[in-house]
Amino acid sequence: MILAQPRYSRDSWLDWSWVTDNTDDIYAATREHLVLTVLAVGIGLLISIPLALVAADRRRLRAPLLSVTGLLYTVPSLALLGVLVPYTGLSRTTALIPLVSYTLLILIRNIIEGLDSVPGDVREAAAGMGYTRRAIRWRIELPLAVPAIVAGVRIATVTTVGLVTVTSLIGQANLGQLMVSGFQRGFRTELMVGVLLVVIIAVVADLVLSGLQRFATPWTRRRATS
Amino acid sequence: MSIAVNAVEPAIRLSGLTKVFPGSGAPAVDGLSLDVPRGSTMVLVGPSGCGKTTTLKMINRLIEPTAGTIEVDGRDVTNLPAHELRRGIGFVIQQIGLFPHRTIEANIATVPKLLGWDKSRISSRVQELVEVVGLDRSVLKRYPPELSGGQQQRVGVARALAADPPVLLMDEPYSAVDPIVRGRLQDDLLALQGELHKTIVLVSHDIDEAIKLGDRVCVLNVGGIVEQVARPADLLAAPVNEFVAEFLGTDRGLRRLALLTVDELELKRGPVVERTAGGDEARAAMARAGTDWFGIVEDERLVGWAPSSGLDGRASLAEVETRRFSAGVYGHDTLRTTLDRIVSSDTFVAIVEDADGRYRGMVTIEQIGRGSRA
Repeated sequence: MILAQPRYSRDSWLDWSWVTDNTDDIYAATREHLVLTVLAVGIGLLISIPLALVAADRRRLRAPLLSVTGLLYTVPSLALLGVLVPYTGLSRTTALIPLVSYTLLILIRNIIEGLDSVPGDVREAAAGMGYTRRAIRWRIELPLAVPAIVAGVRIATVTTVGLVTVTSLIGQANLGQLMVSGFQRGFRTELMVGVLLVVIIAVVADLVLSGLQRFATPWTRRRATS
Repeated sequence: MSIAVNAVEPAIRLSGLTKVFPGSGAPAVDGLSLDVPRGSTMVLVGPSGCGKTTTLKMINRLIEPTAGTIEVDGRDVTNLPAHELRRGIGFVIQQIGLFPHRTIEANIATVPKLLGWDKSRISSRVQELVEVVGLDRSVLKRYPPELSGGQQQRVGVARALAADPPVLLMDEPYSAVDPIVRGRLQDDLLALQGELHKTIVLVSHDIDEAIKLGDRVCVLNVGGIVEQVARPADLLAAPVNEFVAEFLGTDRGLRRLALLTVDELELKRGPVVERTAGGDEARAAMARAGTDWFGIVEDERLVGWAPSSGLDGRASLAEVETRRFSAGVYGHDTLRTTLDRIVSSDTFVAIVEDADGRYRGMVTIEQIGRGSRA
């Protein structure tokens, strides 16, 4: 816990002397925030990709899969944390479970949409050229679904960056903790640093992802001439 | 019904081919048998629901037949793994289906890559093909959406030809492009086929396209019934039944003339005499041909014609004044072109010269009339 000492201004929104005195702690909280975000979205993708691939082929599985992940999405994060603490304690695992489960709906839906958006004639041409089903999936459909998948990852990431703050309530030392403690003790600078860094992380992550997508999908950068 | 082909074994032989789609009572294709001779173009044509596309897609097993056999080069293809079979058969579809995430170069290289060709061989093949289909090399580094519809269709053909397959399947390849581009692409295919001699099966709903592109045309009726298989000129001359006649449409005789050339006629010399001949010879020639004019040849060249009145009071032809023939054609001109020239001429004949301007003979309107029916 970072203590706000009386020598810092309580009226100013941002007292730089507090920031410079506590850089190590702010850095650690930022890093933890990033780690939790990356883990949550990463694990979310690891779960979503196989589920979406299976559901893309078997239409009957889609509705149940989307309902279950939709239900998970509606559970309030605080409630879920409260339910989990008796089992998994005040751990990073407890924090990750709701974070990961909130990414699933967005990611699965976008991956399926991306695969669906591949034109039928492209699939037919690929089959006609002698691609196996597997090769069509991995070398034609998935690359073409990348823009939709990345769009999902961007939404999931930005959402997760915000949600991570909530996990400070079960003792996770991330930027959420700066906000909570700043708010509780009426110390504006601490609150403000937490808020600003969360916003910056969200914006930068979004920009980086969209840049990565442009790099990875050069065909989407060209404009049609006809 | 199957057509007999010379002694040569057909490149594609369909026997009793039947497809019943699950959940539909009537077969989409019912016991279809067809031989496609090696190196020729067979156009499957018919109204929608005639099973032409289904038939085509059974050849590379994008659609699995319910019954019947398909032989390509004497091999029963139903025993091969489908993807291996398809790598040996070129495939062009209506919507083209280029891979939007790959450059034109990579699109054309698709099948050679699947076959494991080495890089330099693929690269030189791609360079070669781009020119074969009439595109500029500068398109290679671009992506499909950057090209016009006609250019994309050319890339589609290049991609299908990449591994030099003996057989090419084309599913309504030109119906997505505008009529002017379509005509040009059709001409290009004819020129290409003149060099490559692939065995092509092409699906079309357009009888004029079928007549223009096909060495043989297979007219299908709803349910995959073969009504007639014939050379385009024979089809127009003698449709076997009402359905085929109706599908062919009007002006069959005229359209048939567009398929026949002057070279296919037996040319007549006509009422033509040498400049050195006498007036009696000219009169005799006119009597034989039943005309009131005659032509004069000098040094194997037809210099012109004169009416019988031009002979009056002259014993030799040396002084006779001639008029030029207004209708001239070459051996490769179609009878339709020839007919057009004839009806606007004074003598109602078209004279035929060789490339060096030597007189070969003449075509009369009667000859064309016989040609349109034979």
